[in-house]
Amino acid sequence: MAPETGFPCEQFYYHEEVDKVMSDDIKNFSTLSRRGFLKTSVAGAMAASAPAFFVNNAYAYTNAPKGSTVTFGFNVPQTGAYADEGADELRAYRLAVKHINGEGDGGMLNTMRPAALKGDGVNGKKVDFVTGDTQTKSDAARASAKRMIEKDGAIMITGGSSSGVAIAVQSLCHEQGIIFMAGLTHSNDTTGKDRRKYGFRHFFNTEMSGAALAPILEKEFGNDRVAYHLTADYTWGWSQEGSIKKYTEALGWKTGDAVRTPLGAGDFSQYITPVLNSGADVLVLNHYGKDMVNSLTQSVQFGLRDKQVNGQDFQIVVPLFSRLMAQGAGDNIKGIYGSTNWNWSLQDEGSKAFVKSFGAEYGFPPSQAAHTCYVQALLYADACQRAGTFDPCGVIEALEGHKFDGMGNGPVEYRQEDHQCFKDVLVVRGNEQPASQFDLLKVVEVTPRSKVEYSPTMDGYSGNLGSCQAA
Amino acid sequence: MDAINSSSARKDNLAMIIFVAVVLTAPLWGKLIGAGYPDLLQKFAIFGLFAIGFNLLFGLTGYLSFGHAVFLGVGSYTAAWSFKLLSMNPIPAVIFALLLSGLFAAAIGYVSLKRTGIYFAILTLAFAQMGYNLAYSVLTPITNGETGLRVLRSDPRIIDSAFGVQIEGSPIGSFFGIEMTGYSGFYFCAAMLIVGFYVALRVFRSPFGMKLVAIKSNQTRMEYTGYNPKPYLLTVFIISGMYAGLAGALMVIVDPLAGAERMQWTASGEVVLMTILGGVGTLVGPLLGAAVIKYFENIFSAINETVLQATFDFLPAGLQNFMVAVVHPFVGEGWHLTLGVLFMIVIIFMPGGIMEGIRRLTNWVRRRKE
Repeated sequence: MAPETGFPCEQFYYHEEVDKVMSDDIKNFSTLSRRGFLKTSVAGAMAASAPAFFVNNAYAYTNAPKGSTVTFGFNVPQTGAYADEGADELRAYRLAVKHINGEGDGGMLNTMRPAALKGDGVNGKKVDFVTGDTQTKSDAARASAKRMIEKDGAIMITGGSSSGVAIAVQSLCHEQGIIFMAGLTHSNDTTGKDRRKYGFRHFFNTEMSGAALAPILEKEFGNDRVAYHLTADYTWGWSQEGSIKKYTEALGWKTGDAVRTPLGAGDFSQYITPVLNSGADVLVLNHYGKDMVNSLTQSVQFGLRDKQVNGQDFQIVVPLFSRLMAQGAGDNIKGIYGSTNWNWSLQDEGSKAFVKSFGAEYGFPPSQAAHTCYVQALLYADACQRAGTFDPCGVIEALEGHKFDGMGNGPVEYRQEDHQCFKDVLVVRGNEQPASQFDLLKVVEVTPRSKVEYSPTMDGYSGNLGSCQAA
Repeated sequence: MDAINSSSARKDNLAMIIFVAVVLTAPLWGKLIGAGYPDLLQKFAIFGLFAIGFNLLFGLTGYLSFGHAVFLGVGSYTAAWSFKLLSMNPIPAVIFALLLSGLFAAAIGYVSLKRTGIYFAILTLAFAQMGYNLAYSVLTPITNGETGLRVLRSDPRIIDSAFGVQIEGSPIGSFFGIEMTGYSGFYFCAAMLIVGFYVALRVFRSPFGMKLVAIKSNQTRMEYTGYNPKPYLLTVFIISGMYAGLAGALMVIVDPLAGAERMQWTASGEVVLMTILGGVGTLVGPLLGAAVIKYFENIFSAINETVLQATFDFLPAGLQNFMVAVVHPFVGEGWHLTLGVLFMIVIIFMPGGIMEGIRRLTNWVRRRKE
């Protein structure tokens, strides 16, 4: 392969001819970074015990694929509070790999525009994958990501269902020079103050949720309300609480107490009892996954929704909703408002194609977690195909500012400044009369992209991407 | 007498040489069992150190601490703060982690050692849970709660900035220019493990170690002979806490992130399992136990259905699916199940852990030779 010009990281360019490598190494020596130089010298010192050291040195990017396959790493929670989401993500990834390799009906490959993928793998290589369990713990997630990078030779890591984990894995991937396609992560920080050059997020964030939900909350519940927050005690919860406060207080709502609950608490009764006598008339549950299922179910069991406070009906709001959670919470979600990234009932071509092939494979419709992960895998593969390489610097350039359509959310853009996707946001309500066991969320409003857009340098949301080379 | 001493000293030196050789060649033999990648080798060394330290307390004195993870956490947070405030060099991180975890161990040990047996275990567990909850929610400004304490580029780092060291990209621990990631990170941990192992060996062979064993065998008798066991117990508790603190610091040195889940009771339980699985009161046993558990956690948990299908590919289709269905619950997310079964087998048939198994095997081989 001839070295292409125009990439910002030319001196790092990977040379495929292995026999050329030694001489190139000498040539490139003068252009190596300090870190690269150190790596090389340390490697030299330890060469005797670790011959594999020479494989991933500074003259090649990390885990450049050899042979006829390229390996993706799917890092999802298989145990813990977000295990349901993780299982669905893995199903979506399997499907995505099938479609990229040209098996099955092709799914969104047929609807995405522009599409460079042809259903024959990526850059002439078939896609292979490895999986790992994040356990929804930063330590475990990083360990499993490292295993995939160091042992299995993964070229890209994707997945996850917690912002804490996503941020931890994203910075690890940035250090290792591996692209991270974030899965389910909704905290502003992922593409805000903790954004990284190597990290990309398709999912929406709490800022967008707040902006999309506020007008509906105003219309339904009025301007004179007191909100009580129960918040999962980690980066996503804080972020969600912050943006709901920001937008509801702009409506004239007051914020009563905001109580932090540990992730995976299981029993929320001790947090819900004080709500009854707090004088608040809206309960905002900044919970997700099994936490949300438990806290919502218990709130309803405690009779919160039948109460009258300050002369108004007591209301519950769940800012981030998913069909999986709705399924877990059963009847309790009827009439409850929230926002979501995607719902299987959408009628555009992309959504229909995805739901059809997912349903044919597994027998039930996909969740929003499955959707975002499927799309992320396809987008990454497509970017590699467009760049004509797996070199992360080239792929990053192909993804930055990329505009696409036909993947279930209407026209979408990967913003260059923060690697956040901008698209329409769905406001949903728990369906009062579900037509099937999956028909649980009713889309009440599609908030257009322009209403939820914010500046990449906005206070509290700005961060430093870093550069492709320094990693 | 001298002859005996010198022959056992020679034996120890030989053991030490073999140990060093095995540890340093880990990247080579690790490849054979699919563990030859830096992250897992680092984990072997770090948790091996943790278990060796734990075994000094549990193996020698018989005092079962169920809260050792708190020292792991203290070591981690200290190292992270040393990275944030002083320098990305691991040396100050290690020193401060040792000091602070020693201090914590002195305080917790002083109170907990007033009781023995199950009451001691419960006291240490209570302290560890307190530590975990403090780190998780109360001390969020110091620990950053569930998200975990991360080392950022914008941190002050007084010593580094005094020497004009610039950080490009994400901050990574750096031992005078050698980056503490990958195999160089492993060799740093390995060096610490070797030092830790040597210290443990010296403790085992010393008069101090004898007294600890005396505490285990009969504390009352020891008191009658004129020894007060308390100072010995407290000393070994502190030493063992410092091992845990060092292990915690190493975790941060190879991966600059400290999370509260390191202090959870499951982490405390894990080191007990490691020690028992490997062999309580033996020198090498805890290290083996740590390696087995970490191997399961990282390798077995990664075997998914696709890998199984490929493994049993040589069988006819029906049999292949049957084997996959049978094996599947025991790998991937079911790795805990396999570990549990293994643990039961070891405890029931070899109460002395893996080391007893090895001893029986060598005895059997020797008898066959005769």
